[in-house]
Amino acid sequence: MNNRHLYILCAILFFAGLGLFIYKVAYLGFPLLPGQKTDVWEVEVKINFNATGRPVKALLYVPRTSTDFSIINENFISKGYGISISTVDGNRQVAWSIRNARGQQTLYYRAMIEKMVTSEPPATSRNVKVVPSEYEGADLEAATAILLEAKQKSADKITLVMQLIDIIESPANNDNLSLLLGENPSQQRKIETIIRILSLDETPARLMHGLHMTEQIGKASPTSWLEVHLDEKWVGVDPVTRQTGKLSDYLVLWKGIDRMVNLTGGENLNVAINIKQSDLESITAASTREKSIYPDFWRHSLLNLPLDTQRVYSILLTVPVGVFLLVLLRNIIGVKTFGTFMPILIAMSFRETQLISGLILFTILISLGLAIRFYLEKLKLLLVPRLASVLIIVILLMLFMSILGHNLGIESGLSVALFPMVIITMTIERMSIVWEERGPSEAIKQGIGSLATAAIAFLIMSLGHVEHLVTVFPEVLFILLSLTMLLGRYSGYRLLELHRFRALVSK
Amino acid sequence: MFGLTKKLSMAGIMGINKRNCDYTLVYNPRKYYPLVDDKLRTKQLAIDAGIAVPELYGVIEIEHQIRELPEFLNKYSDFVLKPAQGTGGEGIEIIVGKVKSLYRKSNGHLVTEEQLQHHVSNILNGLFSLGGHEDKAIIEYRVKFDPVFDAISYQGVPDIRIIVFMGFPVMAMLRLPTHMSSGKANLHKGAIGVGIDIATGRTLNAVWKNDLINEHPDTRNPVTDFEIPKWDELLMIAAKCYELTGLGYLGVDIVLDRVKGPLVLEMNARPGLSIQIANHMGLLHRLEFIQANAIRLGSVFDRVACSRKMLTRVY
Repeated sequence: MNNRHLYILCAILFFAGLGLFIYKVAYLGFPLLPGQKTDVWEVEVKINFNATGRPVKALLYVPRTSTDFSIINENFISKGYGISISTVDGNRQVAWSIRNARGQQTLYYRAMIEKMVTSEPPATSRNVKVVPSEYEGADLEAATAILLEAKQKSADKITLVMQLIDIIESPANNDNLSLLLGENPSQQRKIETIIRILSLDETPARLMHGLHMTEQIGKASPTSWLEVHLDEKWVGVDPVTRQTGKLSDYLVLWKGIDRMVNLTGGENLNVAINIKQSDLESITAASTREKSIYPDFWRHSLLNLPLDTQRVYSILLTVPVGVFLLVLLRNIIGVKTFGTFMPILIAMSFRETQLISGLILFTILISLGLAIRFYLEKLKLLLVPRLASVLIIVILLMLFMSILGHNLGIESGLSVALFPMVIITMTIERMSIVWEERGPSEAIKQGIGSLATAAIAFLIMSLGHVEHLVTVFPEVLFILLSLTMLLGRYSGYRLLELHRFRALVSK
Repeated sequence: MFGLTKKLSMAGIMGINKRNCDYTLVYNPRKYYPLVDDKLRTKQLAIDAGIAVPELYGVIEIEHQIRELPEFLNKYSDFVLKPAQGTGGEGIEIIVGKVKSLYRKSNGHLVTEEQLQHHVSNILNGLFSLGGHEDKAIIEYRVKFDPVFDAISYQGVPDIRIIVFMGFPVMAMLRLPTHMSSGKANLHKGAIGVGIDIATGRTLNAVWKNDLINEHPDTRNPVTDFEIPKWDELLMIAAKCYELTGLGYLGVDIVLDRVKGPLVLEMNARPGLSIQIANHMGLLHRLEFIQANAIRLGSVFDRVACSRKMLTRVY
């Protein structure tokens, strides 16, 4: 018997299971622990306008998955509009279009966006070209003057940018500034001006627009900020808060000089943005993510099944864990039980009754059943009718205990009805045979072994963590399978054998 | 704990995992199991090969035949009733005589015809067989054991269990029924296990319920240093069973009848490990010796000679 074949098979199973498991934890973000919540935001953009009967086209910049934010799920809701999404210059834009529309129109964009917790630095980008400032004449002079002023007060690129912001935001009247900014400049205009001045210093910079992710209902509006290219990286600078670095609270919508919504064929445009934090279970977030990344994979996964089927599997999938435990107890420790898998079935029935009441009910039922079984022995019944009689008596006993429990106000007496009576019947039968053939001590020993195994299996199978692990990561079963198969070739002593053979080496 | 594990493994003590993993699973092809699991087939096999077995009186295969049982048993004053596929000595009834319409069991108890019929019905329904399959009941000759065992057996037939590996007898023990085992020769039921020196056929130390003893607890006669008669013949029979069954790791149970000599009672494809306790010695070193040195199987005679000569020196 060559074990190498088995070892290779087990290694393949083990690493396949482990790999898939790690992939799902690390990449898809499936939670390791039950009940974990994810930082998920619901963003809703509502576009209102009046259509005038001409062809309508509404363009909206929408977010894209980045290192800071991941789009779990998004919807474009409209009535009768054609929808197309395009990516131009790193901007993602959705276009709603319709040939003929009249009256009040409402378009929705909804997205579930997960805040990613990444510590990785922003990606490097080389060969970034400076966009020419296109300042000429007096404008160019004014810009150069401002740049010089800022340069004198700064030490490096980033302080230069901060100085420029200071100058532009300063309330003091400055002719150069007024020339460049004009009357009542918008935030966007100010940032554009900084970018153009920076281009004179050969420093690439760009205008960013996006949403500051804080809870804002109805009144959120896109904010603009600056990104400067420093040390081959884009560094964000918020001119209002003076925050620099990776602006990880800002969801980027688009880059460059443009409006968030471009509408043709409509009037009275009104854009409302809602940002809401959502208490989404991590598992739902990860599952939705899996769905968007690998739709085929997701379609064949457990989380795609109907909920009641999932519930059944959440119980069934813990059985392998119990069976593995049983293998350990029987083949490594040497515990004797009635039947091979009977303790696991008993353990499953404890789910209904809970452990202590389950143990008590089980013991009472088995004891009463055994007493009756010994009486039946005297009647010399044939095997199958005798088993059937025991089964009927077991059900009667269960009924009696439920009624008694109910009258005494013990609720767990009721759940006895879900106790698997066939298991009880078979246990009674086997126990009575062992009792007669090998004596009461052996029967009680095996009975206690079975109940103890069942209790341990129940405790482990009912752990929230275990149930969570096997339902969210069914591939863990591959790992269990490989270990079980390895145990199948374990030829060492059982723990209780050490006791049995102890005398042979004592001298 | 690890110290004990190491000591046991140094002493060559075989655990159940080791037996299953490296011996029964490897040397016993599954297809040959029915030959030994069904005692009827074993019996036929042995008869065909010229090995003596207890004479078969009859077989009960269906419930209907049970009614004719008393009439059938009229011919025999004593017999053994057992399931064809029983394990661990379960379901065996030894009837030593009749008292009017009652049957006397080997432990002196009397049973009625109805009780006997019920027992047969239990056998047919698979109460004693592996996995509860339907079974047959065998009625056969009751062995009258050789008078040399008179002093050291109580209410039953002592038998000799020989472990045969690749056709070589590797270890043997004498199993003596006691009052506690109700005349049965199974150690877990309270029978005494007495180790036998393969080379000489003399008994070594004895174990009863995991305790070392020197005398039979019921008869008070010494059970050690007792010479088993016809030892060479017993070993030859056991060794022959390898060719008979094709099972590389086999337990052969033989009884010595006072008239008919050695009779093979049954064979076992998963013989127990208590034989190591009875011999106060592990099986592994002997098995490994055979594995290492006896690749070319000789004749039955050669193998027995080799076992007698070599094995007692292997530790």
